[in-house]
Amino acid sequence: MYKVTNRLTWVTGGPQGSGVDTVANVFAKACALGGLYIYGKREYHSNIKGEHSYFTILASERPVRAHVDDIDMLAVFDAETLFRHGEYVVNNGIIVYDESILDTSIDSIPTMDKSSKARSIALLEHYSLGRTANDMLKAITMKSGVKAYGIPCHELLEDIARKRNEPSLSKLTRMVNMIILAASLALLDYDHNILANAIRYIFRAKKSVADTNVDAAVYTYNYTKAKYNIDDIPYRLVAREYANNMLLIQGSQSIALGKILSGCRYQSYYPITPASDESEFLEANEVLDGKGSVLVIQTEDEIAAITSAIGASLAGARASTSTSGPGFSLMAEALGWAGMNEVPVVVTLYQRAGPSTGLPTRHEQGDLLFAIHAGHGEFPRIVIASGDVEEAFYDTIRAFNYAERYQMPVIHIVDKAIANSVITCNIFDTSLVKIDRGMLMSHADRSYKRFDLSSIVSPRIRLGTQDVVFWNTGDEHDEYGHITEDPELRNRMMEKRMGKLELVLKELSDDEKAIMHNNGSDTTVITWGSCKGAVLDAIDRLKDEGMMLNYLQVKLLHPFPSLTIERMLNTTKVLIDVEMNYSAQLAKLLRANIQRDADYYIVKYNGRPMSSSEVYDALKGIMQDRIASKKVVLKHGI
Amino acid sequence: MVSNPSPNPNPRQLRLVDYKTDVHNDWCPGCADFAILNAIQLALAELQIERHRAVIFSGIGCSGKTPHYINVYGIHTLHGRVLPFAIGAKLANPMLEVIAVGGDGDGYGIGAGHFVNAGRRNIDLTYIVFNNAVYGLTKGQASPTLKLGLKTKSLPKPNINQGINPIMIALAAGYTFIARAYAYDVKHTKDIIVKAIRHKGLALIDVLQACPTYNDIYTKEWFSGMDRLDSSGKPIPRIYKLEDHGYDPVVHSNDEDELQAKMMQAIAKSNEWGERIPIGVFYQNEHIPTYEERISNRIPDYLTNPPALQSISYDDGKPYADISKLLNEFKASSI
Repeated sequence: MYKVTNRLTWVTGGPQGSGVDTVANVFAKACALGGLYIYGKREYHSNIKGEHSYFTILASERPVRAHVDDIDMLAVFDAETLFRHGEYVVNNGIIVYDESILDTSIDSIPTMDKSSKARSIALLEHYSLGRTANDMLKAITMKSGVKAYGIPCHELLEDIARKRNEPSLSKLTRMVNMIILAASLALLDYDHNILANAIRYIFRAKKSVADTNVDAAVYTYNYTKAKYNIDDIPYRLVAREYANNMLLIQGSQSIALGKILSGCRYQSYYPITPASDESEFLEANEVLDGKGSVLVIQTEDEIAAITSAIGASLAGARASTSTSGPGFSLMAEALGWAGMNEVPVVVTLYQRAGPSTGLPTRHEQGDLLFAIHAGHGEFPRIVIASGDVEEAFYDTIRAFNYAERYQMPVIHIVDKAIANSVITCNIFDTSLVKIDRGMLMSHADRSYKRFDLSSIVSPRIRLGTQDVVFWNTGDEHDEYGHITEDPELRNRMMEKRMGKLELVLKELSDDEKAIMHNNGSDTTVITWGSCKGAVLDAIDRLKDEGMMLNYLQVKLLHPFPSLTIERMLNTTKVLIDVEMNYSAQLAKLLRANIQRDADYYIVKYNGRPMSSSEVYDALKGIMQDRIASKKVVLKHGI
Repeated sequence: MVSNPSPNPNPRQLRLVDYKTDVHNDWCPGCADFAILNAIQLALAELQIERHRAVIFSGIGCSGKTPHYINVYGIHTLHGRVLPFAIGAKLANPMLEVIAVGGDGDGYGIGAGHFVNAGRRNIDLTYIVFNNAVYGLTKGQASPTLKLGLKTKSLPKPNINQGINPIMIALAAGYTFIARAYAYDVKHTKDIIVKAIRHKGLALIDVLQACPTYNDIYTKEWFSGMDRLDSSGKPIPRIYKLEDHGYDPVVHSNDEDELQAKMMQAIAKSNEWGERIPIGVFYQNEHIPTYEERISNRIPDYLTNPPALQSISYDDGKPYADISKLLNEFKASSI
């Protein structure tokens, strides 16, 4: 039988609070330990316990940058996961499930979305079946030849409890997901020693929990191998050579590491999804190796978060705050103050689906234009966006360098998809990292003027610097920082501040502005932020089919690098914009800055990140002239 | 709290004039802000705080202009946000002597959330509120401290809101030094500012003042009782000093009963208004650890190597921080 080796999408789901993330992290770690690349995507509700969450992991021996829609193996320990995701399992794919869920009726699950429920019921009715999980399994099997493998999880738990002489274990329903995971890897014939190591790593803080889970996993693994003939299974996962130069990491962690390395020593935040994880990581690691520390302050609101970061920056610390859309909205006035007073401060903006509270745990790129325009009046700022977890690390360091070199707020845009994705990537090359504090001086003489008009970026000193003082004010000010309403001085100060944006465009390299992969095509896909992975994977797939597309990722969104983008697009005849919002905000920037519109907009706003599958379908449709409308709306995701 | 001044081999006595700038002051003639400004400068001189070590933060409004008239570092921030700006700077460099100033609308209205939450932290700084019960710079609207039913000449209708009691709020929020001053008594105001700066922890000074342009009720004449004369024709002042009546605001021990008693007397005194208005220190407690001390318990070298003064790179720009251990944790191969 034909086997697909080392290319597989594994999905598991369950009620929030039941350990879905933990077991998915074990799967991811097991793949990573075996030298496989993974892209893991986490989806969850704004809820503490009970609502459905799920984790998608694409494992491959080639680097992967985005998820795909098709599920090769669905690991089920609650009925809702089967009802929601079952029909997305590919032809001849695998479902491994806990046998105790079979009698559960779809009507008894209160947490199903209407759309998911309607879809499942339609399938059941199509095959004239009843409404239980068992009926659903039958329907899926009839529809797509899926093979289902039942595991009597509770019997196994009792066996394990007896074996370990710990009767209470049999009640530990949380371990059911570990049993289903172990069964998954047994069916894929993966090395159980690697599984055991992955479990020990994930539970490294709790050795006894690790031991129990390893026992349960190994017992289940052997049981599954004995019960089922895995020759019928068309997938294999095989460990490859040990990869020592890879990381397994999430976006919130890579950004936090970037902050530590970049010298960020003051981080303020107000709790908000999906930004808080980064601050919590920093706080957990506040005392740095060797000497120094990162002071993390949880403030009373986002206004205090950014204003205290500005205060810390005035004192001389590299300072930042991390937030999401609702919090960023509150920061608008203070951004203007930092712009007016030429204070370096970094705002890490984790976009989520808005407006208002929106879909608080879901993904969107709806804040691009807001990040560029937030605040009244005109003041300089830099807005950059990262395309993935790895880029986010290096961009974090750039953000702090820009902030100090140009003495202005820098908004570093990332999003929920980057924050919560777990990926394998090359280990961060810290030898590439340079810190540039710009015109920060440790001394100044008595003639010091904070806003000295003799240069566009004035020397900056810390509060407390000996022998001198300075003033700041949100009012228009003179060179010393005192209030003025003098029209001539106003002009000169406006020109000084806004002129720094020209300097940014002049000094930044092309690589810092945009990334162009010119594949010799006259059609270019332009995008920004975390659509990167899905677009690149889709372009690669089309390339395999002989359809060439160029790729252009804008990294510097403000000031807009018009000349660079125009030059990069000078041989492009057809321009396709891909972004995760309703109104194609990047295309608006193109129209405003280079007077060129995209020919097609591929957009999405249902809160679920783009899969490379749907981007592939849309791009292919455009390439084959099958798409008549200018705007294509992607809709996949549960 | 005044920390050790930096070593100066040839110390020169700092005088009042050293703390003045030549910036034109555009407050209204007769404004009590002049008196408060003077008291702050006198306090700085009395404490001999080196100019470069002091930072005055301010909010928005007439009082917001204060830093421009003082020759130390001066940061004129946003409406209502003076405390978080000041807190960020103080926490980044706890060696700075940070004084925050602002109006009553700024601190108790738009900045009320920060006013309350600052109390939870007990950061070692001094917050001076210029309290005239109106929003002067926007032409005299009612502020959070104006009492219900009062109609100043700037209001079209009597005030429909009750006035708040900032002393009681500060006590409930956790401020560890709570005082009220009266702007026209410059020496007494200066004395309180000196005590507040010396206090280890977060200090609030609510300074009663007149707005000669918009508040025709809480006037200098009213505070000093010109409207009520005794039999010899002398005014009977409304303002009196707590310390003149044997009031002891200090929590001397860790004793819970003493703490409760000191809080209760502060609440009782804070409710006096109208016929007799107490000024002075209502409450002082140095038994609560400061935020800086709490941080030091977690980050041992915080005070000697604070965020603002840490080296973050070598001369060639290479980062000072070493993240190799953390990166190792995230290695795909790490077990």
